[in-house]
Amino acid sequence: MLWDLAIRVSHVPLLPGPVAVARAIAELAQKGFLLKHIVASLFRVTWGYLLAVAVGIPLGILLAWYRRGGLAFAPLVEIVRPISALAWIPLAILWFGVGDLSAVFIIFIASVLPLTVAAMSAVANVSTTHWNAGRNFGLAPREIARRVLLPAILPRLLVGLRLALGIAWLVVVAAEMIAVNSGLGFLIIDARNAGNRYDLVVAGMVLIGTIGVGLDAAMRRIELLPGVRWGYAGSAEEAA
Amino acid sequence: MIPSAQPLPGRAKLAIRDLSMTFRGERDDVRVLEDIDLNVHEGEFVCVLGPSGCGKSTLLNIVAGFLPPTSGSVRIDGEEVHGPDSRRIFVFQERGVFPWLTVEGNIGFGLGRLSRQDRDFRIAHYVQLVGLKGFETAYPHELSGGMKQRVEVARALAVDPDMLYLDEPFGALDSITRLVMRGELLRIWQAEKKTILFVTHDIEESVQLADRVVILSARPARIRRIVEIDLPHPRDLSSRRYLELRDGIFEEIGLAHRI
Repeated sequence: MLWDLAIRVSHVPLLPGPVAVARAIAELAQKGFLLKHIVASLFRVTWGYLLAVAVGIPLGILLAWYRRGGLAFAPLVEIVRPISALAWIPLAILWFGVGDLSAVFIIFIASVLPLTVAAMSAVANVSTTHWNAGRNFGLAPREIARRVLLPAILPRLLVGLRLALGIAWLVVVAAEMIAVNSGLGFLIIDARNAGNRYDLVVAGMVLIGTIGVGLDAAMRRIELLPGVRWGYAGSAEEAA
Repeated sequence: MIPSAQPLPGRAKLAIRDLSMTFRGERDDVRVLEDIDLNVHEGEFVCVLGPSGCGKSTLLNIVAGFLPPTSGSVRIDGEEVHGPDSRRIFVFQERGVFPWLTVEGNIGFGLGRLSRQDRDFRIAHYVQLVGLKGFETAYPHELSGGMKQRVEVARALAVDPDMLYLDEPFGALDSITRLVMRGELLRIWQAEKKTILFVTHDIEESVQLADRVVILSARPARIRRIVEIDLPHPRDLSSRRYLELRDGIFEEIGLAHRI
């Protein structure tokens, strides 16, 4: 509403109005591009993110478990972490060419270290009392890992997983602008290049935002499961 | 006049010999325990009493096998302790309950080797014993402090240990719940014939519960005195003998019994 009003009042055609954007989304849907782009983006995010989960979380747990290895590895993590994943795009294209693999690699790079760090801090925060209680009942190390370590770190891990998914979704757009020719990021850059269709550009932005919120909401639902809810003390749930 | 306990005849269940503990600090080493010698007998209820920070929790952690001592030894049934053991369960304050498991899940935690049927039977028995019927599927964050404490005691008892180590287990409870819990612990101790080592800084608590009270000094902790509480259970908390023993310990620790 505000958006529509602002554009009508300003008379500046720098931003298409909501009606134009809605029309653009409808047009995409009609031509069958809407689903195609969304699926393409989700596909890349899914693979890059799952790979990052499969590598980052076990790595983080191991580094925290074998503290010495963790100490040796920490400076490397700290140096690589502030490098934007987008800086990897040239290398990604050099290694994997222009295509899905490059985009998946960039998403992987962007989300793997946040996941590693989240897993490390989750393990470091397991209370000594819980460790000792687990050991006291005569559990083998593998059993302790399964029945004490994993459930104890799960709440923090889920927060890390949610944040990393947010990052992955941020990065897919940039990766698609350069490395591939489908997906929501491609939609935006292509709409601009092929005839300055700013209604399509903003349509792409709206879609990205909406799906991002949807992904975040889905992850937050997991945090309400009974086995992990204890980890979010001070939440509305706890206060009730 | 309070009697110092004579060592009881017969072999000790738990024998602590020349035990010392020093924590290596950044600058200075901290000597926490010094030359602790103590025997605890089968079925005995012993309270270790001392001021906060004196090292009594450290002593219990060493006895339980969570920490190796700097020197000296801990033997149970003649065997040296090298690590935790499921025949001897440590009860933390309610912090030790696993928050990701329900009441049932917690109580059944140490029963992995039993068949499902036996496990369910045991869980039901101990849920009943500690008065948590109706809360089997509740999670710890839905329970009060006293209820969580009972879950922990039940989890410990469920594996049928010979010994229980309790580290200020009722410290975080309100005074009414604390009294109720003491009564329940005594009832369980008499019914299940466990050997109990109970750490506390509460003089009244130690006189209400223990067969013998081991009084520790400030850090580095040494045994100042061992007081035998020759009162039958249930104890009358206004009897002359009870007050005499209590005041004797107050005096021993150097506290005037006035406020």
